[in-house]
Amino acid sequence: MNEELKQQLEAKAREIRKSIVRMTGAAGSGHPGGSLSAADIVTALYFHEMNINPQEPDWADRDRFVLSKGHAAPVLYAALAERGYFPKEELLTLRKMGSRLQGHPDLNALPGVEMSTGSLGQGLAVANGMALAGKLDQKDYRVYALLGDGECQEGMVWEAAMAAAHYRLDNLTAFLDDNGLQIDGPVEEVMSTKPLIDKWKAFGWHVLSIDGHDMGQILSALAEAKNTKGRPTMIIAKTIKGKGVSFMEDQVGWHGVAPKPEQVTQALAELE
Amino acid sequence: MTKIATRDAYGNALVKLGEVNQDVVVLDADLAGSTKTAKFREKYPERFFNMGIAEQNLIGTAAGFALSGKIPFASSFAIFATGRAFEQVRNSVAYPNLNVKIAATHAGLTVGEDGASHQALEDIAIMRAIPNMTVIVPADGVETEQAVFAAAKHQGPVYLRLGRPGVPVIYGEDYRFEIGKANLLRTGTQVGFVATGIMVSIALEAAEALKAEGIDAAVLNMSTIKPLDQEAIIQLAKTTGALVTAEEHNILGGLGSAVAEVVGEHCPVPVLRVGVKDVFGQSGTPAELLAEYGLTKENLMEKAKQAIAKKTC
Ligand SMILES: Cc1ncc(C[n+]2csc(CCOP(=O)(O)OP(=O)(O)O)c2C)c(N)n1
Ligand SMILES: [Mg+2]
Repeated sequence: MNEELKQQLEAKAREIRKSIVRMTGAAGSGHPGGSLSAADIVTALYFHEMNINPQEPDWADRDRFVLSKGHAAPVLYAALAERGYFPKEELLTLRKMGSRLQGHPDLNALPGVEMSTGSLGQGLAVANGMALAGKLDQKDYRVYALLGDGECQEGMVWEAAMAAAHYRLDNLTAFLDDNGLQIDGPVEEVMSTKPLIDKWKAFGWHVLSIDGHDMGQILSALAEAKNTKGRPTMIIAKTIKGKGVSFMEDQVGWHGVAPKPEQVTQALAELE
Repeated sequence: MTKIATRDAYGNALVKLGEVNQDVVVLDADLAGSTKTAKFREKYPERFFNMGIAEQNLIGTAAGFALSGKIPFASSFAIFATGRAFEQVRNSVAYPNLNVKIAATHAGLTVGEDGASHQALEDIAIMRAIPNMTVIVPADGVETEQAVFAAAKHQGPVYLRLGRPGVPVIYGEDYRFEIGKANLLRTGTQVGFVATGIMVSIALEAAEALKAEGIDAAVLNMSTIKPLDQEAIIQLAKTTGALVTAEEHNILGGLGSAVAEVVGEHCPVPVLRVGVKDVFGQSGTPAELLAEYGLTKENLMEKAKQAIAKKTC
């Protein structure tokens, strides 16, 4: 692993975490917990893995990312702004009347957003459609999706899981943000989705299990996914909800609550 | 009179469309034989995708195809395409305004013997209430083929409502369907039928029978429920002064409601609605069911007379 690259990406991830804190703080609402848990994965995708061009967001051969857990919009917006799709100052308009940064991603509002999401369970099927179209057109683009662990309680996720394996979508890589928490409590208590690895394997996926905050592991998993032929890859990333902000880490209460001004200050200090 | 089911016309049209438009892909949910997408599958297997008995996934995958430049036609029975997958249609197709064509067959009572669980009587209301959605209910096989091509040309989501049994062919091959344009099939001065789908040919029969009784009735085919041809409705309300709507759907929220909304706002005249009166269907032959729920020539004639009588009050 290229140490310099790793450090670069880790620095980017810190910037993205800071943006998440700032923007949810400014909005006074939103979902910091699940945005922070996915920050390293999204950073790896937007700053290393994906073949994209912010100057030409609709470029036909681009790689695509579907944020199936759409409530983590802040992490997507932060990455898109950091990558140059729109000015970073605009992040502070999150959730405000007239903003392009809707509470959940709106593909028609903001360049770089590949799919409007927010209703859990729907993103993987859409990613499947993109991957199928890529195969049909013999294009080389890859499709990425990010799902929540609570989200996997939705039946439609498993319809899509079945279909992706059935159609041998090896141009599709999904991440499962395994932070162990949903709204009403730990996933284990609300409705267990375990054993996750066995389930995805049984559905015909190539399954990898990683530490979702270890940039080296994320990059290796992505490389392995790319080299896996004949089936889609699911990267189950063990994460900590609220990662990077001490008082948010692993706290179910920080799912959908914005930090207050003094909490923003503290969080930003920690992330420096 | 020759009859063809609109689902058969759909299957045939898809094959023709697939020939001239390489972007067209077809998705089904284990009903290809019934929805007639099997014809497309036979001809273009590489562009056909069976999603299994998973209608939510059917719609979501179609959205992904649309996002990648394809024109997906997604088919299932109307009850499942608009019921099981309602929220996928709303959030993954209509809200992002994607170019997905939902062509649903077996709509309405004329599903027949399968009974109430399979008879979609609320799909028009559901689809009509979703922003960005275009809702088309063809009256015969000719109009169906035209509508399939028009839907493919139209940029944005379309709901195409199709039926199971054969319906009389009322249009010649020279007929040109246009989204959002009602077609005045018969002029008349005393009462106007506004009908959609299989009720159009029945309204024509009713108008002919009324003529024998000295009543001059117009027939307007409202094959696009949304966007609604308001001008045509207002014009008909003005020239006849009394309307009767006819649809194979719940009288709540469908064509009758749509017409009443326009007439109420622009040209208040009596509007009597013929449709299923907010009850579920049951098993029976299509003909038996249409008779049981009043979707008949006789009932339309009766309602026309009542509408005329109401003009004075
Ligand atoms: C279909 C649907 N049901 C309910 C919700 C409300 N909701 C938003 S986030 C969430 C919990 C998600 O948990 P998880 O998938 O684990 O996400 P994460 O922990 O990564 O934030 C729920 C229930 C929703 N957005 N969509
Ligand atoms: Mg979670």
